[in-house]
Amino acid sequence: MTTPEPLAAPAPLPRPPEPAALKAIGTTVRQPAANAGTGEVILDVTGLNAYFGAQHAVRQASIAFREREVTAIIGPSGCGKSTLLRCLNRMHETVPTARVTGRIEFHGQDLYGPGVNPIEVRRHIGMVFQRPTPFPTLNIRDNVAAGFRALPRHRRPARDEIDARVEEALRGAALWDEVKDRLKTGAIALSGGQQQRLCIARALANEPSVILLDEPTASLDPLSTQKIEELVYALRQRFTVIIVTHNMQQAARVSDRTAFMLNGELVEVSPTGKLFTTPSDPRTEAYVTGRFG
Amino acid sequence: MGGVAVGDRIYRGVTTLAGLAIVALLLYIAVEVFTGGWPVFRKFGLGFLTSSAWDPVHDVYGAAPAIFGTLVSSAIALVIATPLAVGTAVFLSELAPRWLGQPIAFLVDLLAAIPSVVYGLWGIFVLEPMMRDSIAPFLQNTLHLGGLPIFDGVSYGPGMLAAGIILAIMILPYISAVTREVLMAVPRSQREAAFALGATRWEMIRDAVIPGAKSGIVGGIVLGLGRALGETMAVTMVIGNAPTISASLFASGYTMASIIANEFAEAAGLHISALLAIGATLLAVTLVVNVLARWLVARVGVRYT
Repeated sequence: MTTPEPLAAPAPLPRPPEPAALKAIGTTVRQPAANAGTGEVILDVTGLNAYFGAQHAVRQASIAFREREVTAIIGPSGCGKSTLLRCLNRMHETVPTARVTGRIEFHGQDLYGPGVNPIEVRRHIGMVFQRPTPFPTLNIRDNVAAGFRALPRHRRPARDEIDARVEEALRGAALWDEVKDRLKTGAIALSGGQQQRLCIARALANEPSVILLDEPTASLDPLSTQKIEELVYALRQRFTVIIVTHNMQQAARVSDRTAFMLNGELVEVSPTGKLFTTPSDPRTEAYVTGRFG
Repeated sequence: MGGVAVGDRIYRGVTTLAGLAIVALLLYIAVEVFTGGWPVFRKFGLGFLTSSAWDPVHDVYGAAPAIFGTLVSSAIALVIATPLAVGTAVFLSELAPRWLGQPIAFLVDLLAAIPSVVYGLWGIFVLEPMMRDSIAPFLQNTLHLGGLPIFDGVSYGPGMLAAGIILAIMILPYISAVTREVLMAVPRSQREAAFALGATRWEMIRDAVIPGAKSGIVGGIVLGLGRALGETMAVTMVIGNAPTISASLFASGYTMASIIANEFAEAAGLHISALLAIGATLLAVTLVVNVLARWLVARVGVRYT
């Protein structure tokens, strides 16, 4: 019987000095994209309030989302970040007793104005959820094409065009090479990470201009998470992406701009590097340095 | 310490006995019914199931009219009840606001609690006159369907269609309850996924809810079929009780259950055996249908991720 050797401590790597906040979350922030902050405002939220019955989930939120930027929304559980996200494509109101006040302009048009059809809003502003939600009775191709089924018959593309758009969407979601030989097999056979990329492909097939991601990696393993993060980074070339995450490292890795929410209130919206290094609000600093939440 | 072990053993013995007693009871009934019907099966062979001669006076028995009546009345019931029940279930689980849905769901369940004989009474005093004075004239004269063999002839009230309508009302709550349950078992995330793709409420139900619940809905329908096949009292009161096979739904008929209920009192000798043989056939059919229904409903566990 031998006593195991104590593991040798690895020699510390030389590191550039980092601000305290970044050390706390243990990651480095990407350099903001060259175009960050210069894009047109695509979604402009002013004085938004969202309720579930008597519960006031989002309070007087105002934030502008710019074209081809990734914005991360972070904050502790129950802070209203998912609710804020769900207001942006009018999904919030699908829950009984849910209510919204305030203004959200999409390309200058009020999404909550009279005569606006929420169905159309959701086609322009796609959404992917926390857990993968493939339709279990449909095969891979039909899952991606599911958005076309919801179109009125005269707007539905022809079969060949659907096939082309399914391929394009799957390529866009970095899933094509993995599934191109088994498009007719059930979507349930895919791994969790593949299912989530399938759901992203399904959203892309509608050709939206904005994609909302509601904690898209919360149920995935680290490798699948990494693939989704790389995908989010790539999607920025063509889409405006808004991602809700409770993972600060993830926000730091993928986003150009980060919004911090607390108790339904939008505390701070800043370029991601600034928010994690020199936040302007003491509550933000407390959160990103891990002093609560 | 020994006392605990003894109590445990007694408890175990009593419950095991109770469980086994049910199995024994079922087997005993089945054996009794089959052996009671054996003389008729031996005398007429499989012809008993296909022959349409039912003549107790000359001791000649064929079950075809009763089997035909059971199948046709149950089929009518399914055709009428399925869309109503599935529609009700979709409304209750997907569309109705809570304050409206709960009382309606309760009332639908209450339909299952009404005694069979009360349905029969309603059938005799309300449905039969309605059949004679409104439904048959409407089908024949207003819709001009009188040329079809199934709507041929005069309706006196009682008959196959009346029995089918009564059965439809009686099995509706069963189909509706099972359907509602399997619809509610479809996770909310599936509905949200469809909404997020720009589906309307109807498209969401069609593409995200119904497909996942399909096998359970079919199971509910088969369960309803099982009830319809065996239903006795109400059917006996409105079907007309004539051992004939007619294409017209206005004509009188018989079902396996109603022929037994109607004739056992004055049966003797081979007649009793013939009724028991019908009972055995009905038992076998309903057993198969119920097992099938349970299997379909149990299969509803579609994996969603």
